[in-house]
Amino acid sequence: MSELFNEMGGGKGQTRPPYVDIEAWLKTISSTDVERAKREAENRFRRQGITFAVYGDDAATERLIPFDIIPRVFSALEWRRLSAGIEQRVRALNAFLHDIYHRQEIIRAGRIPHHIITQNAAFVPEMVGVNPARGIYAHIVGVDIVRVAENEFYVLEDNCRTPSGVSYMLEGREAMMHLFPDLFVQQRVAPVDNYPALLRKTLESVAPAGCMGEPTIVVLTPGIHNSAFFEHAFLADEMGVELCEGGDLFVSDGALYMRTTQAPQRVDVIYRRIDDAYLDPLSFKPDSAIGIPGLVDLYRAGRVTIVNAPGTGIADDKSIYTYIPDVIEFYTGEKPLLKNVPTWRCSEADSLSYVLDNLAELVVKEVHGSGGYGMLVGPTSSKQEIENFRAILKTNPSNYIAQPTLALSTVPTYTASGVAPRHVDLRPFVLSGDQVRITPGGLTRVALKEGSLVVNSSQGGGTKDTWVLED
Amino acid sequence: MLGRTASSIYWMSRYMERAENMARLLEVGHRISLMPGAIEGHRDEWRSTLLSAACEVSYDEKHKDIVAAKVIDFLIFDETNPSSIKSVIRTARNNGRAVRTALTRDVWESMNATWNELVAVKSSDLTADRLPVFLEWVKQRSMSFRGAVLGTMLRNENYYFSQLGNFVERADNTARILDVKYFILLPKPSDVGSEVDMQQWAQILRSVSAHRAYRWFYRDSHYRPWLVAEFLMLREEMPRSLVFSYQWINTALEGLAQIHGKRYDCHDLAAQTLAKLRAAKMENIFQSGLHEYIRDFVIANTNVSAAIAQTYNFP
Amino acid sequence: MRIRIHHQTHYRYAERPSYLVQRLHLTPTNFDGQKTIDWKISTAGIENALSYVDGFGNLIHLVTAHNLPLENIVLAEGEVETKDTAGLVTGLISNVPDTVFLRQTLLTMPDASISAELMQWGDKASALATAHSLMGHLHETVAYEVGTTQTNSTAAEAFARRSGVCQDHSHLMVGMARSLGIPSRYVTGYLVTGAGASSVAAHAWAELLIPDLGWVGFDATNCQSPTEQYVRVAAGLDAMAVAPVKGSRRGGTEAEQMTVEVRVEIAQQ
Repeated sequence: MSELFNEMGGGKGQTRPPYVDIEAWLKTISSTDVERAKREAENRFRRQGITFAVYGDDAATERLIPFDIIPRVFSALEWRRLSAGIEQRVRALNAFLHDIYHRQEIIRAGRIPHHIITQNAAFVPEMVGVNPARGIYAHIVGVDIVRVAENEFYVLEDNCRTPSGVSYMLEGREAMMHLFPDLFVQQRVAPVDNYPALLRKTLESVAPAGCMGEPTIVVLTPGIHNSAFFEHAFLADEMGVELCEGGDLFVSDGALYMRTTQAPQRVDVIYRRIDDAYLDPLSFKPDSAIGIPGLVDLYRAGRVTIVNAPGTGIADDKSIYTYIPDVIEFYTGEKPLLKNVPTWRCSEADSLSYVLDNLAELVVKEVHGSGGYGMLVGPTSSKQEIENFRAILKTNPSNYIAQPTLALSTVPTYTASGVAPRHVDLRPFVLSGDQVRITPGGLTRVALKEGSLVVNSSQGGGTKDTWVLED
Repeated sequence: MLGRTASSIYWMSRYMERAENMARLLEVGHRISLMPGAIEGHRDEWRSTLLSAACEVSYDEKHKDIVAAKVIDFLIFDETNPSSIKSVIRTARNNGRAVRTALTRDVWESMNATWNELVAVKSSDLTADRLPVFLEWVKQRSMSFRGAVLGTMLRNENYYFSQLGNFVERADNTARILDVKYFILLPKPSDVGSEVDMQQWAQILRSVSAHRAYRWFYRDSHYRPWLVAEFLMLREEMPRSLVFSYQWINTALEGLAQIHGKRYDCHDLAAQTLAKLRAAKMENIFQSGLHEYIRDFVIANTNVSAAIAQTYNFP
Repeated sequence: MRIRIHHQTHYRYAERPSYLVQRLHLTPTNFDGQKTIDWKISTAGIENALSYVDGFGNLIHLVTAHNLPLENIVLAEGEVETKDTAGLVTGLISNVPDTVFLRQTLLTMPDASISAELMQWGDKASALATAHSLMGHLHETVAYEVGTTQTNSTAAEAFARRSGVCQDHSHLMVGMARSLGIPSRYVTGYLVTGAGASSVAAHAWAELLIPDLGWVGFDATNCQSPTEQYVRVAAGLDAMAVAPVKGSRRGGTEAEQMTVEVRVEIAQQ
């Protein structure tokens, strides 16, 4: 591993400019202040029910995601560079999705082998030939980015299905402004609280062509037992739209309606937070009880907009990931501004033998996995764990990809033994509709265990407020 | 407003009210259990509590004998018993969680805090000396919830559905207590009750927190059975009486009719039920049968609830 | 040839459905070998149905109805003019990239024993020869026998039994062709057998993309390419995707009873 990049700097070296005020602030607050602030923040989250359910636990278990009070800071210039790369990437992903479900020029041009698309479980044949409003498929994308050096950022993955976490970004900022108002007086931190308004604007801008007047938007949730239910309710509330379950919606005479206490009300745009497979039992899983029979027909006929579109998973599939630099070049004609992590496809014999020879240095992930499960982090694993994983990998190599272990940047974090560097990643949220809108900052996830590189909340990760300073 | 949202608010309020009523029943049970066992009829007090809570059958399926500790655990903590305080508060909160966008922050946080504190309490914590404190806490949490509803919710559909749930449940609870105990209130040859009678009548009043109110209202330190029945059924001054509950139900339905510009069957049903209560005289009720009257009321109340669910598209 | 079709699906419910939604793949497609003269679908709610052409070129009706009686009938009937094109399907409006028809589904996916046969059956000089070989072998190996498979049986299950109906033959045909790299689609339609005769004849076959020819139909059940006796309705990846009637309802938990009646006859000119 190369030397770790500490985003605050300091110590023997120079403190990096965006963190000068933070460093000064850290010197002024005592550990009792911090403890009190942490408790207050957590009480606040718990009172409001900002919790998530951990799968496998008793359904009653609702946990808090730990919140660290030391913000992570970007300068205006850093952010301009990052967001240009993010926007380029998201535009390319939407162009790719449109092409894949229409003429498949990128396959004809020989840039991607056809079987990777058409044999992919994430490819949805029902979407072929469908023309979504404004040609947008992935209206909300959460791009996971890591930093390894001053000017070196990598995209880990593009979450194009139903990315979550934006509520933690918003509530984290609320908590910080409440706990440390002075900090926000000293520096000009770009606000994030207009995200719900921008989301609503984005959703309105992709209403079906035939929709007259102001479109009716709903958020579709699987229900209170979903791990991200709090966020679904939060966003519906902040946007001022109904939070629906599948049973609240029904198709009638070629339109979508919700059951109200009075006459049924027409619905134009669904911001759905349920997976493709459960959307419509007539099209996908026939036993889905949380879907709406006939919804996909309405969508294909242009009577309703589904956000994100079904079938967007093909754009963030890990087997497609390695082609994304080509995808960006193909559709934008530009070089990618943000780099991919170098990746070995274990389906290819040469790559597999390299991976098997270097397991101790690599991160190996399932092609279709998520949430930090079913993966191997070579450098932090025991010999036995590596050997166990080797056996699994050999039985089904095409299910895996491998990447070098990145020396993720660290940000100062409060730990049991005081302020210490901990590894972080970043998930900015990108909205695409009539235009592309990127909220300044995003969700910073932090691996709270010393030395850990796994930031997932299900694996002991926490969050931080993310600041973009204004010029 | 979604039909499901209306339904969840309605049931959330019903269940919060139910938690409070269950706490009261347990208070009475506990109180009686502390009295000397020699007094005839008091040994069965826990069975009577189970009966009033409509939990007798499910308790017998699970337990062989009636023991205070088991009854208390069954009615407070047992999550396999859908009527236990824990189950009831969990259901209330789950309903609230599903529609939290329709609730004010105060309403949600009151209920959420109740749940968070409740899960920290263990059955073994509730020794005889702590039980009353705990039951008092449950009642207070329910009142905090109702206070948040009354004090912070807009007088819109959400509010009215909440009131409907609250008072349909309260009417049902009061009627059920009367239904289980009606025989105690039947006229006796002598107007003056024995010591045992007095205890029993007091216990009915206590189960709706009305023993002191009774004395103030009737300016009488002796309980008289027909007045006890009248107090719980027909007195508009008594906030847990059937007639009081039905006034609120009618007011809430009227509020909905104003918003929607429409009246439905449920409005007529509720109006008829209220009119019948207002026109009723205790002597007539005793003549034609107290038991039958209460049974009819329970059915009417259930019908109103079903009509509300159907009218407003509850799922 | 003018072919008259009467396709009726009769549902009986244990309880009156309060709501019903049905997706119908019940309208013949026009192409160079076929033209619809008149066609009509009748069922509860059809007057306000949503109709649209999907990416595969199929005309779909989405029908909804509230508070139905205990019975519901879906009737599709009309007349279609056909001509013999030696199985060639041209003039069809479809926007699906050919490679999509290489995608296997749960119903078409060949298992090890099918793949083993493929080594022999598929080893031919041209795609056309391969297609004929597959059709011939399937016709010989997998007996036409009603009742041995269900509507949700997979190609592998039918092959293990060495018997099935036209749906199984077609799943096997498209599944095998796809694993050999020949794009192929599952087609539903009707078949009139014998001049002047009427028959019970909802049918299914396969279409394969043959280089230099285009899409060509292959009917393994009858070991022939479609003739003017065939009426083509819908095409997709498998039978599930183009089921004539697919529905969902509220009210009643018991399964409905369904009877299907199909009459296909040569129309009087």
